[in-house]
Amino acid sequence: MSASTTTSTHGTSAEYQADTNVGKIANFVDTRVGLSPIIKEFGRKIFPDHWSFMFGEVALYCFIILLLSGTFLAFWFDPTMATTEYTGNYVPMQGVEMSAAYASTLHISFDIRGGLFLRQLHHWAALLFSVAIMVHMARIFFTGAFRRPRELNWVVGCLLFVMALVAGFSGYSLPDDVLSGNGLRIVDGLARSIPLVGAYISMLIFGGEFPGHAIIGRMYIVHVFIVPVIILALIVVHLFMVVVHKHTQFPGPGRTENNVVGFPVGPVYAAKAGGFFFIVFGVLAAIASMVQINAIWNYGPYDPSPVQAGSQPDWYMLWTDGALRLMPGNWPFNWEWDLFNLVSLPMAVLLPILALTVFVIGMFIWPWVERWVTKDNRVHNILDRPRNAPTRTGLGVAAMVYYGVLMIAATGDLIATHFHVAVNDVIYLLRFLFFFGPIIAFIITRRICLSLQRKDREIVLHGRETGRVQQLAHGEFIEVHEPLDEYRRYTLVSYEDAQVMPAQENAKGKITGSEKVRGRLSRFFYEDRVAPVTPTELEAAHHEHAHDVDQLESAGSTSTRH
Amino acid sequence: MADHRDGLPQGKKGNVLDRTASAPETFQDPGLPPHRPRSTDVDSGAAKRAERQVALLFAVSIIGSVLFFIGYFGIRVDGDIYSVTDPEATSALRLQNLLLGGGIALGMLGIGVGVVHWARTLMPDHELVEERHDVVTEAQRAEAEQIMGTILDESGIKRRPLIRNTLIGAAVLAPLPFVGLLRDLGPLDLTPLRHTLWEDGVRLVRDPSGTPIKASDVTLGSTFHVLPENLSGLSHDDGYLDEKAKAVVLLMRLDPDTVNVSPGREDWNVDGIFAYSKVCTHVGCPIALYEQRTHHLLCPCHQSTFDLANECEVIFGPASRPLPQLPISVDDEGYLVATGDFPEPVGPTYSQRVIAVNEMEEENGN
Repeated sequence: MSASTTTSTHGTSAEYQADTNVGKIANFVDTRVGLSPIIKEFGRKIFPDHWSFMFGEVALYCFIILLLSGTFLAFWFDPTMATTEYTGNYVPMQGVEMSAAYASTLHISFDIRGGLFLRQLHHWAALLFSVAIMVHMARIFFTGAFRRPRELNWVVGCLLFVMALVAGFSGYSLPDDVLSGNGLRIVDGLARSIPLVGAYISMLIFGGEFPGHAIIGRMYIVHVFIVPVIILALIVVHLFMVVVHKHTQFPGPGRTENNVVGFPVGPVYAAKAGGFFFIVFGVLAAIASMVQINAIWNYGPYDPSPVQAGSQPDWYMLWTDGALRLMPGNWPFNWEWDLFNLVSLPMAVLLPILALTVFVIGMFIWPWVERWVTKDNRVHNILDRPRNAPTRTGLGVAAMVYYGVLMIAATGDLIATHFHVAVNDVIYLLRFLFFFGPIIAFIITRRICLSLQRKDREIVLHGRETGRVQQLAHGEFIEVHEPLDEYRRYTLVSYEDAQVMPAQENAKGKITGSEKVRGRLSRFFYEDRVAPVTPTELEAAHHEHAHDVDQLESAGSTSTRH
Repeated sequence: MADHRDGLPQGKKGNVLDRTASAPETFQDPGLPPHRPRSTDVDSGAAKRAERQVALLFAVSIIGSVLFFIGYFGIRVDGDIYSVTDPEATSALRLQNLLLGGGIALGMLGIGVGVVHWARTLMPDHELVEERHDVVTEAQRAEAEQIMGTILDESGIKRRPLIRNTLIGAAVLAPLPFVGLLRDLGPLDLTPLRHTLWEDGVRLVRDPSGTPIKASDVTLGSTFHVLPENLSGLSHDDGYLDEKAKAVVLLMRLDPDTVNVSPGREDWNVDGIFAYSKVCTHVGCPIALYEQRTHHLLCPCHQSTFDLANECEVIFGPASRPLPQLPISVDDEGYLVATGDFPEPVGPTYSQRVIAVNEMEEENGN
């Protein structure tokens, strides 16, 4: 058979005929749904390459693995709190009364071949999912990738972060063991504390008093339907916007605001990204086969009476637990307030919730805050190297320290037992760091960024240190510096020299109060800065070097530069 | 630019490394650096080697998948898990988990590493350039505006405000039934939060054995996890866990000379035997740790510390209120009994707690 053209059904133009069987099938589908335009659009679409761009991919792949392993678990898991007597293979629990949820989790772990592996894979994937999301967010933040036109995609990402926490916590609660039950008990305590309506909200969540008989079933529908559907929808929007915006790229030779430099989807990027899915899956499978996680059979079914010392939530919830631990309840005065003898306000619970809320809200609105302060409304497709945005980088590290202190606070008791210090002292120190740690981190980080910028200037002006020391005729020793090639140099000098923008008059010629605040913040942002090297400066520096080289050559030493 | 910058304040610490005031100029973009060929690009031997490596990695994947089935069908996990007398089944389970997971891991890693190696060594590594386009061009925006105008115009929604306003009203109200439906997620009666199973004459029994406790059993320094005797009659369907979650109590004997007892509570203890709610007043964890030497109770969840010498006053941590004390006495047979319920709601603070406390105080006063 050979490719031939026949008169099409309309009789106006010739229609393509495929030769091979695969080609025929492809052509059949193409003429029904239109594959050709899709391949034309995406087949050779360019993606920039950088190791830091893969964290989002890891999160995406973890989500796929979570869907897969979670579906398998759902075949056997029984999300009810009906009481049953355990009759399975696990000796220590035989004859114990427990909920069907806990019994079916034991059943999955010990009676289903590969069930334990699936549980561990699911749990490890959930942990890596939240790690990947947070690292990805840090990458976006520190490189300024949230700037126009990507502000809304940053918001979608923040929503994904929040949903990942909800997904993780709701899943953690499902096995109905002692540890997860205590987690729910804390949720009850938090819900009850909400002013005016808290007690009613708790009653509605648990279907009556804690723990009730409803919560596992409700958590189940949240965990396997509501949250995954929301996450899936958000991922679709997230990726759609990546296609609309095209990926950002780091500064460098040949890279401009108006182009994308990288590898085409087919074959290179598809192979690398597709292969990477299997690598993430393989690594998680290896961990799940070797490293035990959440051994619920050790804890026993939920019972409101026992709890183990040293109980911690999963790592992504640590910061919430830590906030609760840091707050003093009775110091320097009592934090249980009553409003007009009508509403109880347990401030020792409400203030930690506020501390968490402030962090999350700050995350959501940051692109607009920065846009307002810098009055920078331009499109940015070239990323900032973190050092070239010292204030932003400093604030980002401050936020990480804030988060980190809360996270460490949740392990205060373990720090105390492992390092033989008083748990009280650990908490006192962390209370101090909660307030001052971010400030110290900000100052240090910004100084480091400015120093790194100065180092970049040095390298551009005087070249790379070669480590070769040579003696001049008059006895002076100098180190030979090798000038950068123009490609490396361009990477170091092509950042924008952001300036302080003082408060501006508005249309009526008046400087408003908020504009004054903005002007001060702008000074805070850009007052200390290091400007990129200009060609003039470089030329001046070269003159100096030429002098050195002349001396070297006149001294008769062999200059390795020639 | 230069003039504009000259009007700006200098860094107060002299930190500004500024350009000279000469005309601003920037470096020219040198364009993409020249492509550096890889060994597989220039050496056909290296390319052949890379090809074999990729194939080998795919073979590893095949072996991994076979390994899974060896583990799945080849290993039999029979009998009791974690049995002290017969550890065979437990070991088999462990081995099976390792083989199943390891097989899948190799199956996946073989493909993943193989494909990435293939892409890195054998597929072209020439960087390509693609132009970006504005998210929206002005022409598109104008066109879209016109289309939206036509749509709005044809719908007539602007010209017929009656339709628009009633539609808004209907659209606001239509979802409300679904919010209303959530009302029956649970009861809104808060009175159960005020009461526990404890009442006058209920014996204190051990958790979990359910045996009653004689006052003489409680020696100095010992501690008991206690439930009300009437809990044992409850089935899970009747709210066993709900009641247990409120009624759990810690019992310990203290040296009466070291304990401060406030007026009105003198007869709530039995010769230094005190009973306190075990539910933390912070967010409700069970207070399981008793530091015998210091007379402190410690919550393992958030480290709230309560001082037994001062009626469980909070001395550290996030709790704001002392643990409620259960009034106890001994019955004719010498067993410890409660003489009433807790005088206040146990557990974490809830929004209407202050109302409950005031009303309960009034009731008790009468």
